[in-house]
Amino acid sequence: MKGKTIENPELVEFAVTARKYKTQLTRKFKNRKVWVEPNAYEIQSFIPGTIIHISVKEGEIVKEGDPLLILEAMKMQNRIEMPFTAKIKTINVNVGDRIPKETLMIVLEEVE
Amino acid sequence: MSLKKNILALRQRKAIVEMGGGDKAMQKQAAMGKLTARERILTLLDPNSFHEYDLFVEHEERNFGMDDKVLAGDGVITGTGTIKGAPICIYAQDFTVMGGSLGLKHARKITKIMDHALKMKVPCIGINDSGGARIQEGIGALAGYGEIFYRNTLSSGVIPQISVILGPCAGGAVYSPALTDFVFVVENISKMFITGPNVIETVLGEKISQEDLGGARVHAEITGNAHFYALSELECLEQIKELVSLIPHSNLQKAAKVEAKKPTFKKNIENIIPADPKQPYDVRDIIYALSDESKFLEVQELWAPNIVIGFGRLGGESVGFVANQPMYLAGVLDCDASDKAARFIRFCDAFNIPIVTLEDMPGYLPGVDQEHAGVIRHGAKMLYAYSEATVPKVTVILRKAYGGGYIAMNSRHLGADFMFAWPGAEIAVMGPEGAANIIFRKEIMEAEDEDAMRQQKVKEYIEKFANPYVAAAKGYIDAVIEPLETRGLLLHALEVSKNKDDHRPYKKHGVPPF
Repeated sequence: MKGKTIENPELVEFAVTARKYKTQLTRKFKNRKVWVEPNAYEIQSFIPGTIIHISVKEGEIVKEGDPLLILEAMKMQNRIEMPFTAKIKTINVNVGDRIPKETLMIVLEEVE
Repeated sequence: MSLKKNILALRQRKAIVEMGGGDKAMQKQAAMGKLTARERILTLLDPNSFHEYDLFVEHEERNFGMDDKVLAGDGVITGTGTIKGAPICIYAQDFTVMGGSLGLKHARKITKIMDHALKMKVPCIGINDSGGARIQEGIGALAGYGEIFYRNTLSSGVIPQISVILGPCAGGAVYSPALTDFVFVVENISKMFITGPNVIETVLGEKISQEDLGGARVHAEITGNAHFYALSELECLEQIKELVSLIPHSNLQKAAKVEAKKPTFKKNIENIIPADPKQPYDVRDIIYALSDESKFLEVQELWAPNIVIGFGRLGGESVGFVANQPMYLAGVLDCDASDKAARFIRFCDAFNIPIVTLEDMPGYLPGVDQEHAGVIRHGAKMLYAYSEATVPKVTVILRKAYGGGYIAMNSRHLGADFMFAWPGAEIAVMGPEGAANIIFRKEIMEAEDEDAMRQQKVKEYIEKFANPYVAAAKGYIDAVIEPLETRGLLLHALEVSKNKDDHRPYKKHGVPPF
């Protein structure tokens, strides 16, 4: 086997375990989502939909289980609740907003 | 009335229905760059071979002003014919007739020709060009779709089913093609989606064109829904003819054997693969060097290109090739590649097409996205498909065969009939660098010069294990062969496997990790 090395500008170094291979990448691979560790203090939408009600204000301390807002999606009113007792730092959405999945809706902060 | 008069009356009736939605609608169809349903059938089938049935079927809907609406053939043409002499059943939705919308009678014409195909054991081809359910017919249209899906499922693995998307195919309609064996799409003409751009914009506010959401290229490259992608309808129809000539009429037959012809590929098979295992090459060059006339009909060329699948001939007999492609993602197995290969292997097995596996792969693709996308579940499909297959199965290890990938790529352990390896093959539990790092970890860490020790240990490992002889010593490889011997051995392997008889335990059906 004495095949010659291919000269191709699209070839990149690509690590599979301990070895790096020369290869091309696919569009799908390049567009893949990079994983980030979820932040418990960030409330994101789990489904695309419309904000139809917001029950809390910035600066307010809200107890675990209390309602935060209602996200209507697929004709269903989803009640988003407080995951643990904390202070509302910022609210990034308004009533009537149509938001995609994984939109950062509310940021929490620890209660001193 | 004399017979002559009756004949003239029949001709007149036929001529009216054959006008479809009329001149204006036909012109509109042409303006979109599309052939009419009838033109498509006549272009695809052998000259004078098409015979139409149910030309005079009429819908029975009485609501919403439908009672006085006449719809030619109820918007679909059905019949039988031949492609390069092979008998087939076919239907084509006629977009000029009420947008090719599917009502109950339209669906019943389709299910009737599908039933015929299943009974007569001939391939069934469906040409889709329809705005979707005929809303006026309400759940009658839904019933129609369901009856088609049911027959797609019953026919699966019995007769080859081909779907051609030459227009919109949206909502429930997409599931018939999804259930069939091969889906053909054409740039700018095919559109497939469950919910269209309008709904997505209303619900989510996301603006996207039909083409970007579910156009031909998207399904050929991103979703994997489409198996064949063409730039024009004529190219698409040629692809169908080629495919039909390579597959059998049903699971009771083998694909038609043709005269054996030598490869015409100019490159020497010994000069295709770079000596450095980290350098890529196009594995299709190996297929061209092996197959009759160097012909290869690639399936799903653009999707998951890190594995190559498709049909060719060896000694005149149709075979399915499955090959790792080092040119993309180093030829790793990932979710999409496993799905792609598994379905193809199952098609080949169902339709008595021997499988030739060409292996050169470094392992599975590492990454959070892969693990979370279920590479375990998807990867398992491939193990299942190879293990389940009882057609002749031959593997040639061209270069790398590491770890789980070695097992997955039709290894002896999954029931390969013949295992060949080229002399440069590296068959090992993992790549030499990784293995040496683990096995000689202590020696490397304790050495004064860690890098020098690591390099020495990697070298030792390569010399001892990165070759085909360890596996050959255990009988996992039947023969270490020279590249130039490969075609001859493949022809021989198929020849001696002609009467292969391999039984599986009785079962209603297996439960593969779908």
